[in-house]
Amino acid sequence: MTLFQFLATTAFYAAMLGILIAAALCVTVRNLFHSAVFLAFTLIGIAMLYFFLQAEFIAAMQILLYVGAIMTLIVFAVMLTSRMGNPAVPQSFKNKKIVFLPLGLVGFILISAILKTPWETSEPQTAVNAVTLGKALMNQYVFPFEVVSLVLLVALIGAIVIARSE
Amino acid sequence: MHIPIDHILVFTSILFLIGLYGALSRRNAVGILISIEIMLNAVNVNFIAFSRSFASSPESGQIFVMFAIVLAAATAAVGLAIVLNIYRNQKTIYTDEIHLLKW
Repeated sequence: MTLFQFLATTAFYAAMLGILIAAALCVTVRNLFHSAVFLAFTLIGIAMLYFFLQAEFIAAMQILLYVGAIMTLIVFAVMLTSRMGNPAVPQSFKNKKIVFLPLGLVGFILISAILKTPWETSEPQTAVNAVTLGKALMNQYVFPFEVVSLVLLVALIGAIVIARSE
Repeated sequence: MHIPIDHILVFTSILFLIGLYGALSRRNAVGILISIEIMLNAVNVNFIAFSRSFASSPESGQIFVMFAIVLAAATAAVGLAIVLNIYRNQKTIYTDEIHLLKW
């Protein structure tokens, strides 16, 4: 293993650890605005993972759409309901113990299934670039592509209709 | 650089569980939407890891991630619009104080 590979592997695991810490802070802090900032850190870290996994186009989409658009929406919602995000008021339920029952169940099933499966992975593929993605999207996946664009259009019109004032 | 796929899968499971914890324990509806975004991202990382490690059709995983991101954007837009509407009508977005549909 060369030095460069060692550094890349270390950086990958460090990014995973950073994402887990940012996500844990995101769901536990009281101030909802801080929670939104930690969500932005989580999303940027996941974009870094996409770069490491050679999905550069998806990493760019992640930064443009999640960190750009969805974060803006969430920060808007936090600020418009700012009276509710008052850090003096508890933002989580009192009895958190009952939450850990479904959490432990789901976690046990997921992780035991992952550890028991013998993964027969092939060698890493050559990187998929944007040209291949675009060709697949226009040939094999053209019908889901059109459906999803229709869904997005309807959802955005619906959001405007729901949120506008009378 | 070769990361074993089960490391990535365990990592995404933990990330999914963190999001699930947030979705179950938050009182604030915006906080629940934030936790759902974390869960969706954990699933997307799984798609990318599988598309890189298994031989059949490497671009399919990335295209599914694109669809998931678009649907997450639609979810966020509609969800936050509903939250704002509830806030305007009920003057609260704490999910334990909204009992409009509770029998």
